[in-house]
Amino acid sequence: MADAIFIAAVSLAALSLLLAGIRLAKGPWAIDRTVALDAMTIMASSLIVAFALLSGRRIYVDVALVYGLVGFAGVVALARYLEGGL
Amino acid sequence: MAAIIGASLSLVGSLFFLLSAIGLLRMPDAFNRMQAGTKATTLGSMLFLVGIGLMRPDFLGRALLLAGFIALTNPVSSNALARAAHGYRKRLGAKLAPDALAEDDEALAAAAVRDAAAGSQAPRVQEGRHVD
Repeated sequence: MADAIFIAAVSLAALSLLLAGIRLAKGPWAIDRTVALDAMTIMASSLIVAFALLSGRRIYVDVALVYGLVGFAGVVALARYLEGGL
Repeated sequence: MAAIIGASLSLVGSLFFLLSAIGLLRMPDAFNRMQAGTKATTLGSMLFLVGIGLMRPDFLGRALLLAGFIALTNPVSSNALARAAHGYRKRLGAKLAPDALAEDDEALAAAAVRDAAAGSQAPRVQEGRHVD
């Protein structure tokens, strides 16, 4: 029961990652792409934690933590570059 | 029982992810997409991670750490993105009726002109915003 609900949750999260990827691919301006990239970073780090649960290895939670850090730094660097301050 | 509650919380969180992705696809301009893409993912990721932590209690500490980290950093990146998008607001076609940042910039420019006209006074110290 719990496994079936969790598989449905992971499938919905993967679908939303794919839909945000459509915005990343076709967004008319660089700002739209960066917003989509920000949302995709959060979804991907949550999905890495879900993968840690499904595979049963705790090390992937640390991978998700580091990926969240690096994604945040990347989005802020891109935003500062687009603003013209970098 | 805790596993079913955790899986249901994860399902609710992934529904918020789906809402944010649909908002990213269907909102008209970059500021509205930012609204959908950052707030909904913050709530969705917190629910998703707490759900996973309830399913496996040995993941709970790290999952809460990641959720708190996302709750702290997502508004910061949203703020940086909004400041970046404000520079392109004419090209983006965004309608910003109360534009406090532009009013602030105009007030700063008017104050600089007034100071230059006043001559060799001591430079004004701007409160609040850092002006390069």
